[in-house]
Amino acid sequence: MIPGSPSRRALIENAVKGRSLWDDARRRLLRNKAAVTGMIVLALMVALAIVGPFFVSFNYDTVTKTDVWMKPLTGGHLLGADSLGRDLLARLLAGLGVSLAIGVVATSVSLVIGVAWGAVAGYVGGRIDEIMMRIVDTLYSLPFIFFVILLMVTFGRNIFLIFLAIGAVEWLTMSRIVRGQTLSLKSKEFIEAARAAGLSSGQIIFRHIVPNLLGPVVVYVTLTIPAVIIAESFLSFLGLGVQPPMASLGTLIAIGAQDMELAPWLLVFPSVTMVVTLMAFNFIGDGLRDALDPKDR
Amino acid sequence: MLRLLFRRLLVAIPTLFLVITIAFFMMRAAPGSPFVNERQLSPEVEKAVMAEFGMDRPLVEQYVNYLKGVAVGDFGPSLKYRGRTVVDILKENYKVSLKLGLSSILLAALIGVSLGIIAALRQNRMADYLTMAVAILGVCIPTFVTAPLLVLAFASRLGWLPTAGWNDGALLNMVLPVTVLALPQIAIISRLTRAGMIEVLRSNYIRTARAKGLPESLIVRKHALRAAILPLVSYLGPACAGLLTGSLVVEKIFNLPGLGKFFVMSALQRDYTVVMGMVIVYALLILALNLIADMLYAALDPRVRLS
Repeated sequence: MIPGSPSRRALIENAVKGRSLWDDARRRLLRNKAAVTGMIVLALMVALAIVGPFFVSFNYDTVTKTDVWMKPLTGGHLLGADSLGRDLLARLLAGLGVSLAIGVVATSVSLVIGVAWGAVAGYVGGRIDEIMMRIVDTLYSLPFIFFVILLMVTFGRNIFLIFLAIGAVEWLTMSRIVRGQTLSLKSKEFIEAARAAGLSSGQIIFRHIVPNLLGPVVVYVTLTIPAVIIAESFLSFLGLGVQPPMASLGTLIAIGAQDMELAPWLLVFPSVTMVVTLMAFNFIGDGLRDALDPKDR
Repeated sequence: MLRLLFRRLLVAIPTLFLVITIAFFMMRAAPGSPFVNERQLSPEVEKAVMAEFGMDRPLVEQYVNYLKGVAVGDFGPSLKYRGRTVVDILKENYKVSLKLGLSSILLAALIGVSLGIIAALRQNRMADYLTMAVAILGVCIPTFVTAPLLVLAFASRLGWLPTAGWNDGALLNMVLPVTVLALPQIAIISRLTRAGMIEVLRSNYIRTARAKGLPESLIVRKHALRAAILPLVSYLGPACAGLLTGSLVVEKIFNLPGLGKFFVMSALQRDYTVVMGMVIVYALLILALNLIADMLYAALDPRVRLS
């Protein structure tokens, strides 16, 4: 709710209506069929991961000896059961939740570091900018997934460490994007006005520059989440990520790959879930990029 | 050229140094000794083992010794395989990975460039949409999904190809692993080629070539393609990184005796020196390839050389 008297409120609302950049973007996004499909699918996936487990009568880690290798649609197992008689649907929903959560949390970590780093480097400029971006260049050329593996080996397979490690890897591109945008924003009149009004650098960066970076950052976030999900699943697939009995899409695919001769459903359902989720994110990301692309404006 | 090489080396060398330093201290900061996984050792035996690996000396001394070793290509002994050094293990395993990686990148370049050209020439038509759909799929489906699914379909069910194993690099054994590794690269390469071609085909010198009345096939081959595939050269480094990561999964799934499989095995067994040595070798490989790609780019594109 916008504070102030009704007339002031109307004034502000009119002003907001007049600036139609986000309106335009939204309209363009909603016209993009692939992006809309992606959003619907993703909403469905999130809803399933959150409320789904309440509707499944099995627990994701309940071992039922009599249900071992149950085929889909038998014994009350909609998607079948695994080598320990655990219900695949329950495990799939739990795994989807874990994968999505890791995607969101690790991306948030990278978002915070990347935006702060890039905005400061771009705004301050000069020698500090050079040093900060040189650090990014150096880190960029490291084979990070190998370092994450090293990290998992040395410090044990801890889910919070996965969040941290993957998030710490993904902030580099974000900081580059943000720096580039900041450089072009810096010379705009409204920043000059803010400086003339006596705001400190910190205030200008976080109150005026960062909010205006939103477009490209949002696009990159939607493309980072699937990258993180892949990275986590990759680790889990190799046995270095989420540890049993907890599941992620990666561990489920790994188990499925082991048992696929006997029980192909254990491989097929998690794989399909993973691919559909990743595609939904990618379609949304591409759609957002097209919708916000300044070249089109 | 030389100045460019010098500038790049100036970045590459500190990076490599950083890699070695991080790897070393990460290993040493690990909780517990690397031998805890084995059966309980008596304190004296553990002490002797630590001394054998030089782990009883001060940390700085160990670090300097390790750096000295790495400088002359000595990554120390394996902690799990008695009497074998990390270099021995690398030597025994690199050939399979090299053959796999080279085949994949060649296949990916061949198919990716062809698909990209076709898509660019048939822009916004069926062939274009099909190619781009394949490209999106290739990016969205990770190797650890394609590999088991392809094995299930073509090896287990249809029985056309062997499910796993190297068999001295027999062609039939290579088909599935190479395909799995190449697919994501095909996707990216075809996208890059398509974008490059579309941009180049719009440029003035292509219009000039057309105005001269040159046949379209000649324009595409001689004029457009050369400029359009330039971005691919700089993709060489990331492509190699992608292949190395992919090979971890592929070699594990197909049970191929390469570096990737050994790396994962060592990681799971906490063979610290092997993991550390391999991370350094991987980093060196990626840095070297990035360097080569940069130099190649400069050699091919005079605009870069002059700026």
